[in-house]
Amino acid sequence: MADNPKEEVAGNSDGGLVARSFGVIEHGLQATARFFRATEIDTRMLGMLGALILIWVAFHFVSDGRFLTPRNLWNLSVQTASVAVMATGMVLVIVTRNIDLSVGSVLGFVAMIMAVVQVEWLPELLNRNHPAIWVIALTVGIALGAMIGALHGFIIAYMGVPAFIVTLGGLLVWRGAAWWVTSGRTVSPLDSTFRLMGGGPNGAIGAFWSWVVGGLACLLVLLLILNARRQRKRFNFPLRPVWAELFLVSTVCATVLGAVAVANSYPWPAGIVKRYIKNNNLNVEPSELFIAHGIAIPVLIAVCVGIVMTFVAKRTRFGRYVYAMGGNPEAAELAGINTKWVTTKIFITMGMLCGIAGTISTARLNAATNAQGTLDELLVIAAAVIGGTSLSGGVGTIAGAMLGAVVMQSLFSGMLLLGVDSPLQNIVAGVVLVLAVWLDGIYRRRQG
Amino acid sequence: MRKNSTEKVIELENISISFGGIHAVDDASVDLHKGEVVALLGHNGAGKSTLVKILSGAYKRDAGDIRVRGELANISNPRDAKAYGIETIYQTLALADNVDTAANLFLGRELRTAWGTLDDVAMEAAAREVMGRLNPRFQRFKEPVKALSGGQRQSVAIARAIQFNAQILIMDEPTAALGPEETAQVGELIKQLKYEGISIFLVSHDIEDVFDLADRVAVMKNGQMVGSADVGSVTKDEVLGMIILGKCPPAAQKGPGAVNQ
Ligand SMILES: Nc1ncnc2c1ncn2[C@@H]1O[C@H](COP(=O)(O)OP(=O)(O)OP(=O)(O)O)[C@@H](O)[C@H]1O
Ligand SMILES: [Mg+2]
Repeated sequence: MADNPKEEVAGNSDGGLVARSFGVIEHGLQATARFFRATEIDTRMLGMLGALILIWVAFHFVSDGRFLTPRNLWNLSVQTASVAVMATGMVLVIVTRNIDLSVGSVLGFVAMIMAVVQVEWLPELLNRNHPAIWVIALTVGIALGAMIGALHGFIIAYMGVPAFIVTLGGLLVWRGAAWWVTSGRTVSPLDSTFRLMGGGPNGAIGAFWSWVVGGLACLLVLLLILNARRQRKRFNFPLRPVWAELFLVSTVCATVLGAVAVANSYPWPAGIVKRYIKNNNLNVEPSELFIAHGIAIPVLIAVCVGIVMTFVAKRTRFGRYVYAMGGNPEAAELAGINTKWVTTKIFITMGMLCGIAGTISTARLNAATNAQGTLDELLVIAAAVIGGTSLSGGVGTIAGAMLGAVVMQSLFSGMLLLGVDSPLQNIVAGVVLVLAVWLDGIYRRRQG
Repeated sequence: MRKNSTEKVIELENISISFGGIHAVDDASVDLHKGEVVALLGHNGAGKSTLVKILSGAYKRDAGDIRVRGELANISNPRDAKAYGIETIYQTLALADNVDTAANLFLGRELRTAWGTLDDVAMEAAAREVMGRLNPRFQRFKEPVKALSGGQRQSVAIARAIQFNAQILIMDEPTAALGPEETAQVGELIKQLKYEGISIFLVSHDIEDVFDLADRVAVMKNGQMVGSADVGSVTKDEVLGMIILGKCPPAAQKGPGAVNQ
């Protein structure tokens, strides 16, 4: 800001100037405040986006321009997907003042079962590469995750054992169980269709469909804002000014289309292009053919999960109860909410999300290993907390947690790019976590 | 004064509950007629809140029966009580701090659109209407109720109870946090509700208010019922004597908690 002490001193001789410059500043502040009120932008979210951009730009400069490349950003998006998916569920868990320490182990166990199902069981019943294998494996994974979540939820809600303990037990139990399934053997290679859910050149939807998805997303945003306006008109509530609505729509659409453009400027590597040319009997030089990756399928899955979970949190009774319970569980019970059942449902959701995340991470690795998902619980909790989920309950957004996952992954992959060794990576990540929560606390206290 | 003394809507019969060794409520009986306001009085810790919380399903009683409109009622959680048309304003308000006024008013009974999603706009409209009746200056509909003042929160709790056409209303010190103007407004509201035929249990420490609003007083002491009396047949001093000394005046119906004179 421009109000430095020098100006104040100078102001002694020319009070008018100071008064005027303060007037300008004040006017500017008022305008900013008006802007945020009119657009109803979450300033906390904006701060996080700012921090993310800062991290990106800093890494870009320190790494001599290797961070903000389509290739790196595309990889970053794929690496974030699995943790981001689980973070959406962790928000609901933490909002109700619970915790889930078992997500990494549940992911590992479910992933192992999915791998065994598609590699060892199903090919015996159907033939290898049967088109239904991936669906069956995915369904088994999600259903198994749901059952494990239901078990955790039941013990927590109906038997009254604290979530910390139940999921700490789960952390050990499911890691051990994952080992037991194959006595520690890695299961690989996976079904070829299933593998598409992990990304890679084939596991992306290409330039054309990426633009289609981007266009649809813009349309959706427009429809949502129009619908909100119509709803408020129905009861003659004050509306957002039109300029604010236009600003929101255009910013969001620009971001979405920008992301699509980045994904579409990351070409397939030369080797895969060569194979593609050979397989299709084309008569072109590999260097002349530019085939873009487009949006990766795991990223698409994560975004869809984010949208569905936001819908659940904001627009359904279940979501409303989750936030009501987080603020005051006893009040929710007195209002007639079946808090035990809601708690159980939260853990079922968390389990299903572990199934989806397990799908993404095994598909990316093309294998299920015994150590799959180890320490993921910490990344997931950190993502939710950095994303603004309050450990004292009642507060947290899905979008924030997913953004938190991107922040965490950006730190890790940036440090990897710089060749920082892994102990130091952990130190930095730990410091950032504490710093983020401290800053968030200050922000919240100022907001009152 | 009683409009219709024949129909008893609520009968609490020999209710007992204890927490650990403490008999919070001990063999207490009280009833409530249609369109009647019964004030529950007693010193701090006498068991008033505990008794009404048993009726609202927040606590499970150890012994005793609850009859609603003459029939034995099965109330073991708040949902059961609401199903009988019993609404409660708790002494602690029991608001969900992190959601807004409309969400609190409709908590557990949300309005939904044709697609089954929350109809927030409709709920906000209803909230504006009912809050306008109670506290016309109230404007902060978008904020979580945590950000509201004590009196505003109390208004929200009252609004929630009257929103759903309750037949029986339990008000546990509903005006404790309210300013004089808002207290007067709640007084008017109680008279209005009574006029509409709603039966009310009013827990209060304010003898003036009680004599102004209630048809009958019931006094508790150490978890036991000292007695109950029509407000017209006893003086304020006699009621104070019941509260402090447990002395039951001759015009009152004597309970097990009364001292033997
Ligand atoms: N949940 C509980 N656990 C243990 N003891 C309780 C509980 N609730 C109430 N009690 C005890 O029961 C007794 C009656 O409490 P209650 O809240 O009913 O009093 P009250 O008449 O409403 O008092 P006040 O005028 O202060 O609101 C007290 O001794 C209190 O300590
Ligand atoms: Mg009380």
